[in-house]
Amino acid sequence: MSDSLITFGNVSRFYGEVLGINKVSLAIPPGITSLVGPNGAGKTTLMNLMTGLIRPTQGEIRVLGVAPDDPQKLCRIVGYCAQFDAFPKGLSGRQFIYSFLRLYGYSDAECDARTAASMERVSMTGAADRPVAAYSKGMRQRIKLAQAIAHDPRVIILDEPLNGLDPMARAETIDLFQEWGKNGRHVIVSSHILHEVDRISDQVILLSQGYVVAEGQIQGVRSEVKEQPMQIVVRCDRPGDLAARLFKEGHIVEAKIAADALLLRTKDADNFYLLLNRVILDSGLIVESVAPADDDVNAVYQYLIGAEGTTV
Amino acid sequence: MSGQTLRQLAAVFQLEWKKTFRSRRGWWIYLLAAAPVGLMLLHWLIFSRPQLRLGRHSLGDDSMAYAALFQFFYLRGAIFFGCVGIFCNLFRGEMLEKTLHYYYMTPVRRELLVAGKYLAGLTVAVVVFVTSAALSFLFIGRHFGAAYSDYIWHGPGAAQLGWYMLITALACTGYGAVFLMAGLRYRNPMIPAAAVFVWENINPFLPALLQKVSVIYYLRSMLPVEVPIPPPFSVMVIDADPISPWISAPGLLAVAALLLAYTALSARQTEISYGE
Repeated sequence: MSDSLITFGNVSRFYGEVLGINKVSLAIPPGITSLVGPNGAGKTTLMNLMTGLIRPTQGEIRVLGVAPDDPQKLCRIVGYCAQFDAFPKGLSGRQFIYSFLRLYGYSDAECDARTAASMERVSMTGAADRPVAAYSKGMRQRIKLAQAIAHDPRVIILDEPLNGLDPMARAETIDLFQEWGKNGRHVIVSSHILHEVDRISDQVILLSQGYVVAEGQIQGVRSEVKEQPMQIVVRCDRPGDLAARLFKEGHIVEAKIAADALLLRTKDADNFYLLLNRVILDSGLIVESVAPADDDVNAVYQYLIGAEGTTV
Repeated sequence: MSGQTLRQLAAVFQLEWKKTFRSRRGWWIYLLAAAPVGLMLLHWLIFSRPQLRLGRHSLGDDSMAYAALFQFFYLRGAIFFGCVGIFCNLFRGEMLEKTLHYYYMTPVRRELLVAGKYLAGLTVAVVVFVTSAALSFLFIGRHFGAAYSDYIWHGPGAAQLGWYMLITALACTGYGAVFLMAGLRYRNPMIPAAAVFVWENINPFLPALLQKVSVIYYLRSMLPVEVPIPPPFSVMVIDADPISPWISAPGLLAVAALLLAYTALSARQTEISYGE
């Protein structure tokens, strides 16, 4: 089982006296996992620990059963796209990928084939022979992605991979992540763009000041925040009428009425949904939609940490 | 060594030597190497004029001048600082440019990475400084015409040139190993480099035993023409036991190998966080 997981067992990492992460225990399954947290929350530390670039002060890490202090095994199954916009000087995109593939010991022909394939994956074939220094920010981001996936890793770790991408490239890149995730790879993504992370993630890990404050599927994480009332938006023809009936039955702590929508806050979502069904049937309301308004990462993050999600 | 290991070593070497040769940060190293060559060319051009050449100095004077240039400029200056510039940057430069993780995220053994980088740095240093030392030697007496050719081909010139080239290569080997280690181990390698510089330059004044804990001691013993330390410093010189070149050359290589082994062990422990 642990050969298909990335596991952290009570891992702490200190930089001198500064806390990186503290007592983190995780088991990350295949799929897209997002690391979310403000600057200094420990996202990059967590990624660097997974890649073996830094070692834990205490605790144990295994990446699909491999210890990160064994780079000869680890680096064959892990690809890492760091947040830094830095490249070895004087290389074209093709040379950049090809040169580092040679360090895997592949033959020249295999390096050529893998270079071409990875550049194709990120739509960079046309610019392959231009110097990396002449690339736009988005192209540099994509060439880093190509380099990270060129050896076909089972675990892809991406630190702020959507930074600098234009909307089209961002959509294409997200499609790639989703494809990799569906193929059973581990895709670990950190991002500040919360609504995109929210949309693509199979699970999220929320970090704050070096601690994991929540983990799991975003809806599950939201439902664990018991003390925070859940927000639900109901679009219907008579929102005022619906609000009055729901208040009469209990389970509602707050209601806000707009033109054709009702924003409700409840501490007991399960019973609320049962009640809502009954009220709708009894009253004959025409309901267009019922949707949770705050089970996204942004809202959950606000509840857990008290920070503005958009500034994360 | 397996085929895969050799391919990996070749890949590191290829990436590194190109980068080191083309490094914009290294322009001053080329200047350092080119300066004495330019000076010797000037010397040739000036003293080639018959009206200036007559009775000014002998071939022996030029040979002694070159020995002084080699001992005090090349060994204690150009090669030393050139190696600081080349070898300290092999790891530290990549840390500063935030590109070392590309290497560390490949399945290359750290020992192999150290070896590949060192060989690349050594190739650059040897090509630059051996070429410079050889050209300077060839130009310094060129104005004597046939007499200088005779000195080289039928006199001690060729052997001297060979020794100077060998000493230059060994200096690059020794200092290279020292500064590769400094670049990996220290956040600011200029501090250990300055300490080594002071140590190497006070070497003749140290007790005999301490003189042996240096690179310059072993190199000096191979010099074909010894230039004494001039007065008033000469009174402070302590004569250490002379050492045979047949011992000093392998000894220097052994010390370099030990330093490289230590660097390789350090590379295994090195973490990359770029101070974020």
